Amino acid sequence: MMIIEAKSINKKYQDHVALKHIDISIKRGSIYGLLGPNGAGKTSLIRIFTQITQADSGTILFNQETLQSKHIFEMGYLPEERGLYKKMLVGEQLLYFAELKGLSNKEAKLRLKYWIDKFEIKDWLGKKVEELSKGMQQKIQFIATVLHEPKLIILDEPFSGFDPINSQILVDEILLLKDKGATIVFSTHRMDSVELLCDHIALINKAEKILDGPVNDIKQQYKSNQFEIIYTGSALVSDELIEVNYTKEKNGQHTTVLSLQNLISTNRLVQHILNNPIDIKGFREKLPSMEEIFIMAVQQKNNFKNA
Amino acid sequence: MHKIWLISKREYLTRVRKKSFIIMTFLSPVLIALFYGIIIYFSINKEIADDNKHIVVSDESGVFLNNLKSNKSITFSYRNVTESEIKNILKNGSVYGVLMVPDSLSKESSKIRLLVNEQPSLNTITNIENQLEILLKNKKLSENGIDKKILHEINQTSVEINTVKLTDNGSENGNSGVTTLIGFAGAILIYFFIFLYGVQVMKGVIEEKTNRIVEVIISSVKPFQLMMGKIIGIAFVGLTQFILWIVLVALLSIPVSALVMNFMDVGTEALTKGNDTLNQAKNAGVENFLSDLGNFNFGLLIGMFIFYFISGYLFYGALFAAVGSAVDNETDTQQFMMPITMPLIFSIALAQSVVVNSPNGSLSVWLSMIPFSSPVVMMVRLPFGIPTWQIIASMICMALGFIFTVWLAGRIYRIGILTYGKKPTYKEIWKWFISKN
Repeated sequence: MMIIEAKSINKKYQDHVALKHIDISIKRGSIYGLLGPNGAGKTSLIRIFTQITQADSGTILFNQETLQSKHIFEMGYLPEERGLYKKMLVGEQLLYFAELKGLSNKEAKLRLKYWIDKFEIKDWLGKKVEELSKGMQQKIQFIATVLHEPKLIILDEPFSGFDPINSQILVDEILLLKDKGATIVFSTHRMDSVELLCDHIALINKAEKILDGPVNDIKQQYKSNQFEIIYTGSALVSDELIEVNYTKEKNGQHTTVLSLQNLISTNRLVQHILNNPIDIKGFREKLPSMEEIFIMAVQQKNNFKNA
Repeated sequence: MHKIWLISKREYLTRVRKKSFIIMTFLSPVLIALFYGIIIYFSINKEIADDNKHIVVSDESGVFLNNLKSNKSITFSYRNVTESEIKNILKNGSVYGVLMVPDSLSKESSKIRLLVNEQPSLNTITNIENQLEILLKNKKLSENGIDKKILHEINQTSVEINTVKLTDNGSENGNSGVTTLIGFAGAILIYFFIFLYGVQVMKGVIEEKTNRIVEVIISSVKPFQLMMGKIIGIAFVGLTQFILWIVLVALLSIPVSALVMNFMDVGTEALTKGNDTLNQAKNAGVENFLSDLGNFNFGLLIGMFIFYFISGYLFYGALFAAVGSAVDNETDTQQFMMPITMPLIFSIALAQSVVVNSPNGSLSVWLSMIPFSSPVVMMVRLPFGIPTWQIIASMICMALGFIFTVWLAGRIYRIGILTYGKKPTYKEIWKWFISKN
């Protein structure tokens, strides 16, 4: 069941194309990552979902209905450029945003209570936003995004400006919201930061989607049968089964990345290596990082175009 | 509508609760009252501003001898002084000046000299001149055998034309100075309201842009709703402030005017000559004033004032909002403010000259039709009595005008608020305006 189904979205600003034939389907209850470098078109796409702007062409379904203004009540949006009214009291501000999202004042107060207890912010409510630290402001902004319990939560570069502790709090909250049935869409240019969190991703580059699918599938698809071995003893060398890509040595401990000459099982590989006089400390399959996949995918796309 | 209401409520409450609003609202009438109180006080008691000055009168003609009245700031004493003595007398320090009156005065009054160490104030000179003039006049009257009383009566002749306008419903009395003044006050109020609160709208929009809050809001409401909510909210802030000012000024004016009246009595008592004339003129003026007020259709004037007050503010407020949306900071607004403020300044300037002098001239009629100038110009024209069709036409133009500017501003605003970076050119703003979304 898809919460968002976008087909062939095009968007052009005065002189440049922001989105070109984008198809994206977001499964309900999943965490979806929109990845791509700055200026790729992620924010443009998000602004179309949140109805801040409209696509020049293409269709968007929200829960099987054509996207329309009533749906904004079911979305929560944390823009990349954060902002709160600095002179306004925290409590009033949160209620104001919730009311703009269609909650009654009473309902908003009720739901706010949950977050007050959770983040222990009771003392902040009567303060002006400008009196809070940046981390506190980020939390307030996050509460403002989710207070009306949206079905779809869209977070544009959610981790920028968060310190590691607050990032972890945010991740925990996101996972909790997912458990409660919300769908979360991320956008970020720091591709490695969300690959552990996301179920699905789409890679966007220069207004075009170059790749999408479940994270695990993509990783498998792009893996290059590379392994990383950490060991002591004499350094490994290439032979008829393995090709050593590189070896690093630190304090008598070697880290070697190798690829297979022929397709063999992992057990066979370990047996083969153990023929050498070494003591294995660590062994893992080296999957490409999202960034590496991105680069490969962009190159493939370019090759495809040039061919 | 609900969202516009929510937004204007927020705008209203956050602004009204600001310290600066409270201080401005309560302090400025006090300051203005104080300011005018001081001005009125000193203008009535001019002498207070001057220290007492001792002037020695050397009157060879004998006309003024012992006839000049001393007051708080000037004391006259009389003795004949020769030219050579003057310097010594002034050197002494206790004497401020020596008034030298020559022997023969009939033709050459200009020969009267006041010799001083330092330039005397205008007040001092006028005071002495006035006294000399009256004494000299009286002398000439008696020399020529003219009865003072007869002359006084002749001088009192005054003619006032009572204008009567013939209308379809019979006749109604025309306007005079008082109603013109009321119309003018209305025009100035509208002018200030548009300026003060239009700029507030613009600043508010810029604030939302620089705080980067706008995108959060725009994901919940339409840009147009945000803009209208802001404009309406600020309008209510302005109205609140104006109403409080009127109430406060009314309350304050009681003690202030009592104070002024008190000084006035002292002042008038001090006037020895022409007292009756002054009072009579005053009474006539008050009568005219009251009859003017009675004759004039105040319902129309107040109704029109409210209409132009609100529509004029909406008309300009929307434009100010568009300017705010187009720029990132206040320093960049100058270029775009010009085309908005110029017509407003232009209309208040013309209202004071052309419109008042020729309220039914073609320029005045045109200015009262164009929405840029009509709120100000119409208020000035109204007391002179203008055809009903012109009022209706002007109101229709105004209504169409503000619908148009609100629409135009909305189109610029929706793109402007999400556009950051360098200051846009007029060409770019035009592109925003025509772009689909």
